[in-house]
Amino acid sequence: MFENLSDKLESALKRLKGQNKISEENVSEALEEVRQALLDADVNLNVAKQFVESVREKSLGIEVKANVLPGQLMIKLIHDELVLLMGSKKADLIIAPQAPTVIMVAGLQGSGKTTFCAKLAYMLKKKGKQPLLVACDIYRPAAIDQLRTLAESISLPVFSKADAKPLEIATEALVYARKFGRDIVIVDTAGRLTIDEEMMKEVADIKAAIKPNEILFVCDAMTGQDAVNTAQAFNDLLELTGVVLTKLDGDTRGGAALSIKHVTGKPIKFVGTGEKMDALEPFYPERIASRILGMGDIVTLVEKAQSQIDEKEAARLEEKLKKNQFTFADFLDQMKLIKKMGSLRDLLGMIPGMDKALKGVQIDDKAFSKVEAMVLSMTLEERNSPKLLNGSRRKRIAAGSGSSIQDVNRLIKQFEDMQKMMKNMSKGKMANMFGGGMPQLPTGFRN
Amino acid sequence: MGLFDKLKKKLSNVVEAVSFERLSDGLAKTRTSLVSKLKTVLFAGRKIDATLLREIEEILITSDIGVTTSEKIISRLRDRVKRDGIESADQVINVLQEEIVALIGTSPSAHNDSIFAVDAENGPHVIMVIGVNGVGKTTTIGKLAHNYKKSGKSVVIGAADTFRAAANEQLEVWAKRADVGIIQQKQGADPAAVAYDTLKSAVAKKTDVVIIDTAGRLHNKQGLMQELEKIGRVMKKIKPEAPNDIYLVLDATTGQNALQQAKEFTKVAPITGLVLTKLDGTAKGGSVIAIVDSLNMPVRYVGVGEQIDDLQVFDPEAFVAAMFEERVTVSEEETK
Ligand SMILES: Nc1nc2c(ncn2[C@@H]2O[C@H](COP(=O)(O)OP(=O)(O)OP(=O)(O)O)[C@@H](O)[C@H]2O)c(=O)[nH]1
Ligand SMILES: [Mg+2]
Repeated sequence: MFENLSDKLESALKRLKGQNKISEENVSEALEEVRQALLDADVNLNVAKQFVESVREKSLGIEVKANVLPGQLMIKLIHDELVLLMGSKKADLIIAPQAPTVIMVAGLQGSGKTTFCAKLAYMLKKKGKQPLLVACDIYRPAAIDQLRTLAESISLPVFSKADAKPLEIATEALVYARKFGRDIVIVDTAGRLTIDEEMMKEVADIKAAIKPNEILFVCDAMTGQDAVNTAQAFNDLLELTGVVLTKLDGDTRGGAALSIKHVTGKPIKFVGTGEKMDALEPFYPERIASRILGMGDIVTLVEKAQSQIDEKEAARLEEKLKKNQFTFADFLDQMKLIKKMGSLRDLLGMIPGMDKALKGVQIDDKAFSKVEAMVLSMTLEERNSPKLLNGSRRKRIAAGSGSSIQDVNRLIKQFEDMQKMMKNMSKGKMANMFGGGMPQLPTGFRN
Repeated sequence: MGLFDKLKKKLSNVVEAVSFERLSDGLAKTRTSLVSKLKTVLFAGRKIDATLLREIEEILITSDIGVTTSEKIISRLRDRVKRDGIESADQVINVLQEEIVALIGTSPSAHNDSIFAVDAENGPHVIMVIGVNGVGKTTTIGKLAHNYKKSGKSVVIGAADTFRAAANEQLEVWAKRADVGIIQQKQGADPAAVAYDTLKSAVAKKTDVVIIDTAGRLHNKQGLMQELEKIGRVMKKIKPEAPNDIYLVLDATTGQNALQQAKEFTKVAPITGLVLTKLDGTAKGGSVIAIVDSLNMPVRYVGVGEQIDDLQVFDPEAFVAAMFEERVTVSEEETK
């Protein structure tokens, strides 16, 4: 998509060549592309329009430098503008000067409130806090059981009360927290529609009674045009202190983030990136800006890679690469590492341009296992000096790994190509990108 | 005959439990805003020109219909305006409505009449329910079970969401409400094994309908998608035609990603129908129009509330009619 938008901008701005300033006339077509990209990303129409207008103003009179493509200039401008609107700093959780800090969570049905409550509790627990979870969803079947099960998995207590109204449960939970020294109270509420007046009143009443330090609106990142209405309604009623965006591990472009920020003015404080308890991250505006524009989440990828790569190991590999001593044994290590980082598709999806390149391409994490099986069927000797791999050895490897001789041949060929490529590659680039020497993935991974 | 009479008539063929009032209540919010927005630009005497068409297109986009499908609708509208020699903007609303119906009316959802009937000879009829996290799969299953049960079928639910915390307990409550059987294992069990057990038990007991719940999963997760494929494959060992139906549940609040969901899920589990949930909210569910248009998938049901009888059969004509019906809602009166 990035290539897409970038290409489109480039062609829309073609006429700029030879001129040295972006002008009203030649920018219109480009801005139409921007508008369309935003709408495709689910940015609310009015928000998209206003955004495009502000970009129009800022782009006029920008000098086109000789060696920079105007399309690139526009992308940068748009990206920066998005980041600015999204809040250029990361917003931290408000902690009350005097314990307990009370956090209330609200949102539509199925948006991810309960999961978020547990994840947040877990995150705070790891920071040495003693959170108490409060189960105020007395409506949805097994909602309380769900919170209990999650809490159990992270060894934290849940406050709940049979036959009581949510208001009563929340109020008593505070008393309990004070008595037992819980310094964080996280109140999970039932999902509700903004037009359900009774339910909206209920949540407003809870707020009035427990006076939360944080009132977080949980929103599914896949939400469409309606995000503005919902966010606005919750904000009007509850005066939110922040927003949580969930299910960002999906492939949605997440334009709802921009819409919500625009109508509420409240910072997005966290993003949910999975169903597991540790899949909660702070919100980084640059990442979502790239994502909305379809540029891929390169920062996340790099961070993920960095967190998994041991510095010393990276240095060792880099050295080997430089000397062209990279072997199948190293290859195996690298694969293990990549596997640790998550699914191949997830990873590749984060690389700019890949999004488009991978459209319709089946990326099979199993291909990984296949390659792994082949390498594991090699003797240590063979792994360290691939030159040994003659016909009969190849046959043995094929049989041992349950693959065909063609598979083995292809792998070896790819490996050799890779070695060649690495030799040619300036040492710096890859190292910079991954904090170490991660080899290019052989093409066989895309099947 | 008013549009809502038409809708009523359509729906009256359906199982009693389906209450027309609820659909109209739910859609009222969608409708008022769509129609009121349209009315502000489509007033008598206004010329139909490019600017106006552009404004209409934008209004369609605010219903999550998406840029591509909105453009398509506008181009059909433009043709009609030319062909019929329409001159004044206030005449456009009806034409627009007709064109949206025409766009989705050719889809298989148009033939959505006989529901909750199953082929008794070749039972059990196996339905697998899939979708991303939090869209309302479990609730939909409770409602479906209730409807089958009401039309005299025996039903068993298979709790193949073995992942999410308390998914079992949640489904149990629904099975009890619908008064149908349920087969489950403990959390973390192999979902394919649960599906297998359920079907096996249904065959032994000659149960009419099997409904398999599955864990919510995002469609870009290869491993989880393969798991879904496996559930289908394992059931085929008992009954080659299983699952007879695969329903993809979509949340009406979802934007353009819904299209992606439909595309990806159908690769591992060939979808036979869509269920659109949470239409009782403020979201327009327009993404389903884009899906029907571009993927030609039938929409089978719509969810209009959290109660067990809040499930409606989808009818394109009635759906679009309801979208366009003018009706003052309580909330609109209050805000005045
Ligand atoms: N992939 C993914 N799934 C998530 C994320 N957050 C929540 N979920 C899943 O989304 C579904 C709904 O989450 P819940 O936490 O039950 O949502 P809720 O808002 O409490 O739902 P209700 O209480 O029913 O209104 C569950 O299947 C969760 O596992 C996330 O960040 N990524
Ligand atoms: Mg919940």
